[in-house]
Amino acid sequence: MINANGLNNEGYRVVVGMATCGISAGAKPVLETLQKETEAKGLKNVEIKPTGCIGMCTYEPIVEIFEPGKKKVTYIHVDADKAARIVSEHLAKGQALPEYTVDTTATDEMKNINDLQFYAKQKRVVLRNCGLINPEDIEEYIAVGGYEGLKKALSMTPAEVIDVIKASGLRGRGGGGFPTGQKWSFAAVNEADQKYIICNADEGDPGAFMDRSLLEGDPHAILEAMAIGGYAIGATKGFIYVRAEYPIAVKRLKIAIDQAKAKNYMGAKIFNSNFDFDIEIRLGAGAFVCGEETALIASIEGERGMSRNKPPFPANKGLWGKPTIINNVETLANIPQIMVNGADWFKSFGTEKSPGTKVFALAGKINNGGLVEVPMGITLREVIYDVGGGCPNDRAFKAVQTGGPSGGCITTASLETPIDFDNLVALGSMMGSGGMVVMDEDNCMPDIARFFLDFTVDESCGKCTPCREGTKRMLELLDKITTGKATQQDLNTLGDLAENIKLTSLCGLGQTAPNPVLSTMKHFRDEYDAHVNEQKCPAGVCTALLNYFITEKCIGCTKCAKSCPTNAITGTVKERHVIDQDKCIKCGACMTDCKFDAIIRK
Amino acid sequence: MQNDCACNCGCNKTDDPRFAELKTFIDSVKEVKGNTMAVLQEAQHIFGYLPLEVQRYISEETGVSMAELYGIATFYSQFAITPRGKHHVGICLGTACYVKGAQKVLDKVLQELDVNVGGTTPDSLFTVDATRCLGCCGLAPVMMIDDDVYANLDDTDVIPGILEKYRG
Repeated sequence: MINANGLNNEGYRVVVGMATCGISAGAKPVLETLQKETEAKGLKNVEIKPTGCIGMCTYEPIVEIFEPGKKKVTYIHVDADKAARIVSEHLAKGQALPEYTVDTTATDEMKNINDLQFYAKQKRVVLRNCGLINPEDIEEYIAVGGYEGLKKALSMTPAEVIDVIKASGLRGRGGGGFPTGQKWSFAAVNEADQKYIICNADEGDPGAFMDRSLLEGDPHAILEAMAIGGYAIGATKGFIYVRAEYPIAVKRLKIAIDQAKAKNYMGAKIFNSNFDFDIEIRLGAGAFVCGEETALIASIEGERGMSRNKPPFPANKGLWGKPTIINNVETLANIPQIMVNGADWFKSFGTEKSPGTKVFALAGKINNGGLVEVPMGITLREVIYDVGGGCPNDRAFKAVQTGGPSGGCITTASLETPIDFDNLVALGSMMGSGGMVVMDEDNCMPDIARFFLDFTVDESCGKCTPCREGTKRMLELLDKITTGKATQQDLNTLGDLAENIKLTSLCGLGQTAPNPVLSTMKHFRDEYDAHVNEQKCPAGVCTALLNYFITEKCIGCTKCAKSCPTNAITGTVKERHVIDQDKCIKCGACMTDCKFDAIIRK
Repeated sequence: MQNDCACNCGCNKTDDPRFAELKTFIDSVKEVKGNTMAVLQEAQHIFGYLPLEVQRYISEETGVSMAELYGIATFYSQFAITPRGKHHVGICLGTACYVKGAQKVLDKVLQELDVNVGGTTPDSLFTVDATRCLGCCGLAPVMMIDDDVYANLDDTDVIPGILEKYRG
């Protein structure tokens, strides 16, 4: 059994990373084999538990073994066969297997996952239980100090709770960075027969999986925080609005709610206080705009998820017209620990204006992708190079996109900027929920902008004209650019349109939709110009602007000429062939079929 | 058996046990505020999609107008109003997958099955969708068939073999 330090007192504690990434990579058969083999060998004093995201997606499936007084051992890329050997060697004979770890050549004490550069600059506050406890067991959460924050909050007055959160300087992790304590106080002062607290778990930003990992790895922390928030503002009812695309998170939340109810940590008169609190789960149905708070409220009410005018703000008139507070998953995950450790403790991380840590989902062209948690104020360079290990295959770093479709790209020039809410906005991007997608020299920026616009056009709810019509027109212009049909005038129109949509859209989706275009146009104007003036795609991505050529490597095997659907390739046997550029439809069939790498695209 | 339903569409829904199943669910959430989404989600789960007669049935049972139901069903991407294939192939076009070549994966699947995005094969075996981020960004590019995840599809040549597994 796990103790307060997150360790076990005796025997072996084996944990298997069973978040979505781990399961996708094949963690289920690993867990089953570990359990089966341990039982077959009659090993005592071994506990095998599923756990949440350990953080390093590229190494999944990951198995970690804890033993009192010893350094933990991390096994990576584990499959069923390796799992069986781990049982027969490590658990049965005490013989660790360095060849399955990150430190394959170790003889004595081997390095584990925490010794990697990937973890050196990380600070796990929000994610402290992910990869450690069994998320489906409330006892393990309690053993590591769970529900102490709620207990403490209930011994204070609601106003005192809000004061603690205010003093901590916690800002909303969902994107905007609004001070959480202030938000709570708006709802607290409103008198109403019913108030609500909502957890926004509609994590829709492509490339972001922080909230999913938290819900899967530490669901009780979210429930505890919602109860604290409910107590502070006077809400007796909470909703968790979660994406239907996250079935494992939903399942674990349901288990957590049932367990909390059984222990009277939720329901009537929690901890024998006079506070009643209940939580209901509501599933999204695949609409990105529902991450916007007024649209989310509409969706919970059972309507189309269309955003509404603000004011009135939800804190005054929200769900079913009642005062409502909406907090993001990661924001909430900070709350129990702030209650336990105090505001000053929280402020010891991060910067003055953005205290605490931030979880990022590091993905794209990066060596060590995964879930990382760093103190605010760390530079982008540290995150991308020290934690992420730079771009793979020695390709040059080009830009990082933060804030998903609402954010912008940040280039090499800004790598030394300390990350906090205000600095990222100043750079023309935003914190967003924490997706960080790294791009290298092989990515074409107008194409990336087109990709994001395609997303926004699809996800616009259609209520206001600037967003509904404007983003569509922007996408058409970007289509012209990436197919080499645009003029300089189109570029100017695109810029003007972007500014207008930003100023006139109803909700956050429309107001931020032009960001990817504006920031790529600002930093990579040369790429746009190359597409427009020379009909060239410097990164070699936009198919319509590329031409295929046959080099001197050609031995004249005639294979390409046969595979060409438009008969654009001519030449005689054993002589170099040529492509007729007028006939070529750029399908790439010749390049795929050539066995001599003689066909290039540029 | 006599068709005693009132919709006059000839759907003979009283013979279809799935309507009874849906009715049980509707009754169980009658007291829940804002239950329309949950009812549609359950209906989609039972029928696989939301044909007109199902929407009409829900409208009759819940009192929510057809127009409103249709509006909701077409707003959220999770709901389908046309039949779906037996297997759902979702190619993740989230940013992380996209920058790592998800478009090539999608193109290959479409070419193999000879359908368009959102389309269903004539044998009703596969429906192909370009999906939103599946949250497996560390394993990009990713494809999901039903509940199985296929990761790191940098080499699209493996795709025909993967699809073949579902034809049996």
